[in-house]
Amino acid sequence: MPWSRDEMAARAAHELKDGFYVNLGIGIPTLVSNHIAPGIDVTLQSENGMLGMGPFPYAGEEDPDLINAGKQTVTELDRTCYFSSADSFAMIRGGKMDLSILGAMEVAENGDLANWMIPGKMIKGPGGAMDLVAGAKRIVVLADHNDKKGGHKFVKACTLPLTGANVVDVLITDLAVFERPDRSGSPFRLVEMAAGVTLDELRARTGAAFTA
Amino acid sequence: MARIYDDAAAALDGLLFDGMTIVAGGFGLCGIPEKLIAAVHASGVKDLTVVSNNAGVDDFGLGVLLRSRQVKKMISSYVGENKEFERQFLSGELELEFAPQGTLAERIRAGGAGIPGFYTKTGVGTTLAEGKEHKDFDGETYVLERGIVADLALVHAWRGDRFGNLVYRKTARNFNPNAATAGKVTVAEVEELVDRLDPDSVHTPSVYVRRLIVGHDFEKRIEQRTVRQRESA
Repeated sequence: MPWSRDEMAARAAHELKDGFYVNLGIGIPTLVSNHIAPGIDVTLQSENGMLGMGPFPYAGEEDPDLINAGKQTVTELDRTCYFSSADSFAMIRGGKMDLSILGAMEVAENGDLANWMIPGKMIKGPGGAMDLVAGAKRIVVLADHNDKKGGHKFVKACTLPLTGANVVDVLITDLAVFERPDRSGSPFRLVEMAAGVTLDELRARTGAAFTA
Repeated sequence: MARIYDDAAAALDGLLFDGMTIVAGGFGLCGIPEKLIAAVHASGVKDLTVVSNNAGVDDFGLGVLLRSRQVKKMISSYVGENKEFERQFLSGELELEFAPQGTLAERIRAGGAGIPGFYTKTGVGTTLAEGKEHKDFDGETYVLERGIVADLALVHAWRGDRFGNLVYRKTARNFNPNAATAGKVTVAEVEELVDRLDPDSVHTPSVYVRRLIVGHDFEKRIEQRTVRQRESA
């Protein structure tokens, strides 16, 4: 049975280590903060200019001056600090983020990521994704294994415009977890499958080569 | 040193011209200079190039300038919340230059700091780096990005003093302090004018701010109102 979104987020939470500074992307990656294990202390960065992002506010306590990068109302913590967008991306580009978790339209077997644009169709823009994949020390991608029509998302080579070349370290889908030890040509290795998924089924639903 | 004006229209008087470039602070609808944008709209100035992380929503913020066709070109990182923007762009009516968000912030910061260009690894290998100079440093490839200096910068701050020193509030800071440095002229709207700011806590020094207004009844719209349930006792 495929993992639910919450189960995927829970699996991604295993990637968070004590003391990490982490940026979580919009969508499923946001759910990861609900699954951080007790005893693991993580500081969440929001690229619009905040370190130490707290949970959503209680109803009636929303503050229009306090939002996350997904434009959602959030709260501050004892450790919170604010800074400008240039400072925010200085810490991202400067390699101070231990981990970033993002969504994907396509991930290629060489670690390329595409998640920002469908030519002629969807015009939204990259936001901070290109900066995050270029700057964070480790990139974890959370995405459905196949698109809504059953097409491959973990592919031999990306067909959509790239967000970054050779940037993905871990891919967590609703069917499996893939990881590679470096960005120097090592292939992705299958490290886990959802219960009931067979290797044959996984290979049939994957365009990319991986080792099992 | 700032001069204080009665309202946004007065503060922009003589500064607006067709074809000009405006850089505006704000992230989504948070911290946008809403009074000043409304005054730009009312002025009817057109063929604008607007540098802003986002483009507002259809009926608020920079979205109103798009709807009235006053914008010729946007330089932004993310415009996903604006349907009119998408429509104008896909039909070829609007020019768009996408910049990665951090590159955009740094381009604005650099422009304000007198730096015409800088190298970054963000975007290398993507379509946004195509046609730009690349250079290797210590075995890694970087792309040259240009600083941005605008004819006019519009910012929103929480508190200001009569000299033009500014303090921002929470995540409404975002692009505002960077934009404040990158205008040939900078106009700020503040929520509150105070006698004295703590000199150690000023975010934007007065040297950057030429004109100032104190706004009232800010709309401060929330895009995504997300809340949690109180734990039951």
